Amino acid sequence: MSPARIFAMMRKEITQVLRDPRSLLVILLMPVMQLVIYGYAVNLDVNHIPLCVYDRDDTQTSQELIKRFQATDYFTIVHVAHDYPDVLHQIDSGVATTAIVIPSQFDETLRSSGKAGVQLLIDASDSNSANVAMGYAQSIIQSYSSDILVDWEQQHGLPATGGGTVQFQARTWYNEDLESMANIVPGVVAMVMAVVGSFLTSLTIAREWERGTMEMLISTPVSALEIQIGKLVPYFFIGVMDTTLCAVMGVWWFGVPFRGSWIVMFSTSALFLTVVLSLGYYFSVVAKSQMAASQLAMLATFLPTFLLSGFLFPIDQMPKPVQWLSVILPARYYVEILRSVFLKGTSISLMTGQIVALTIISVILIALATRAFHKRLE
Amino acid sequence: MNNGENSVVVQGLTKKFGDFVAVNNVSFETRKGEIFGFLGPNGAGKSTTIRILCGLLLPTAGRASVAGLDVMKEAEKIRQRIGYMSQKFSLYNDLRVTENLRFFAGLYSVPNKILAARMEWAVKMAGLEGRERALTGSLAVGWKQRLALGCAVLHQPPIVFLDEPTSGVDPVTRQQFWELIHQMAAEGVTVFVTTHYMDEAEFCNRLVLIDRGQIVAMGTPTELKRTSMHGELLFIESEPLGQALEVVPIVEGVLDVAVFGNAIHAVVSGAAATAPRIRAALEAKNIRVRRVEPIPPTLEDVFVSLTAARDSREGRAA
Repeated sequence: MSPARIFAMMRKEITQVLRDPRSLLVILLMPVMQLVIYGYAVNLDVNHIPLCVYDRDDTQTSQELIKRFQATDYFTIVHVAHDYPDVLHQIDSGVATTAIVIPSQFDETLRSSGKAGVQLLIDASDSNSANVAMGYAQSIIQSYSSDILVDWEQQHGLPATGGGTVQFQARTWYNEDLESMANIVPGVVAMVMAVVGSFLTSLTIAREWERGTMEMLISTPVSALEIQIGKLVPYFFIGVMDTTLCAVMGVWWFGVPFRGSWIVMFSTSALFLTVVLSLGYYFSVVAKSQMAASQLAMLATFLPTFLLSGFLFPIDQMPKPVQWLSVILPARYYVEILRSVFLKGTSISLMTGQIVALTIISVILIALATRAFHKRLE
Repeated sequence: MNNGENSVVVQGLTKKFGDFVAVNNVSFETRKGEIFGFLGPNGAGKSTTIRILCGLLLPTAGRASVAGLDVMKEAEKIRQRIGYMSQKFSLYNDLRVTENLRFFAGLYSVPNKILAARMEWAVKMAGLEGRERALTGSLAVGWKQRLALGCAVLHQPPIVFLDEPTSGVDPVTRQQFWELIHQMAAEGVTVFVTTHYMDEAEFCNRLVLIDRGQIVAMGTPTELKRTSMHGELLFIESEPLGQALEVVPIVEGVLDVAVFGNAIHAVVSGAAATAPRIRAALEAKNIRVRRVEPIPPTLEDVFVSLTAARDSREGRAA
């Protein structure tokens, strides 16, 4: 091993990257674009659900309930209806996806019996959104009714919240506002790293074969390992730069919390980068054509990371065989690590499993790449 | 066996690609400071031989050593002692002239204290003074080739392999290139060069003629011209050429016929007796004869004659 030869390789690679507009585009623009596209497009939050209101009671009590809906971000009142067919029309035409109908004598019934119903109409053609809307509406109505109960008890001289009433309160941790953005950004970071990292290195060796420069290169004393190190190290630093870019964008642009340590973030990212860079390099050695190698790299990183890493779909909800398959998927471990780092701030000792898995995968890939490359023309 | 650092020793070298025999039982030896030419048509096995010697291909059979090192076992050690210029241009087009030089200087571990001097030498040799910062891809072929030679010999190797260094290069640059080759040889470097230009072969100290993977003849250009012809050579200028070509081969004493420009070169046994017979045969057919006279053979004549002899021996049509 000669440091001078590795240095010569590295300097040459960096010069070529800096001089190639396409590479620069992939390095700088692709992460930003992907983060923005996925950050906004893959938004699983249901906010500002268009709501139609039909208040047949029109009392202070019913107005109070409607105000509760108005006060949240979950619903936006888009229409105030004056008869029932109008309500149906709003739902049918898609102007509103949810409607609340407060019956006449709502206030009176509530006062006399302590119980009153309201009607909720939900367009369930998108079942996911419908479920979410139902949940939001229920929780608003529930909190309203428990407040009413306290009022009622106090007015009737009863001790407040007595009589063994169970107060149920759910608390969500780590991602208190249940914003899917916080959950998605770490996944997007992993995906960007996987795609960009493997794509860049998938071109390196294949390009030398295609341009004919490989023949001169392998006639020199530079060893296969020196070529590998000299080619991967520059992309490693480019990868670290992209990781930083993604993380900073995630925190500042998308407002994702960052509770862990940057040291953990960078050391685990370094491990994941080693995996994806070696993967791309391996494809480049095997395929010998830039087109084939880059397509293999895309195929091996993009969809698996998108679908199987737990980035969008929870792994424990997948069919068993798919769960087993995801065990060999490096992005799966990296997504888990990143979520911990961003949202939980877990100490590195709790990520041993993921770190060991990534280490094993990276050792295997490095070995494969090293063994695949020979300084021969055949 | 010569084990010096300048030597290339090849014994019974054979290389097969599937059923195709690219190099067939080839043996030769080179000497220090010699320009050793490998001459033959495209596909004769020249590049394959050079690639084996540079450790880029493994031989199927036979042995070869370069600078006293075995090509199969010690390829990595050989690489520091040789310079290689491949047939296809293989510098980086997207690097500047100096960047290419510095890159290969790094790979060949050229010591820092002589680096600047070597790079300056290479730039001057390639005629690229003042264009050091030009992108290599923007240079014309002649400059590219000389730069490639510069990159290959920055580390002053004792043996240099040049695979068709002058193909696609204009005549002036070709001449400059051969001057460089002679300079290196004068400094004691063994230069192993392949070409399919017969005129270039005259510049070599020793030559191997290779055809379809096999060595056809070996020696100095003078030796080859003196000893390898199976007969003497007659130069025939006549009109029309096409009709003459039908007549000459059937004249008694004519062994072989080839067209050179607008003349016929005929290999004959006994020029003195055959020349009048050819003239008579042509005139009998009303073909105008300008000249029929003996000439010294060129390497091309030697090559054509040898491959024709080989063809007829193997029962193939010439």
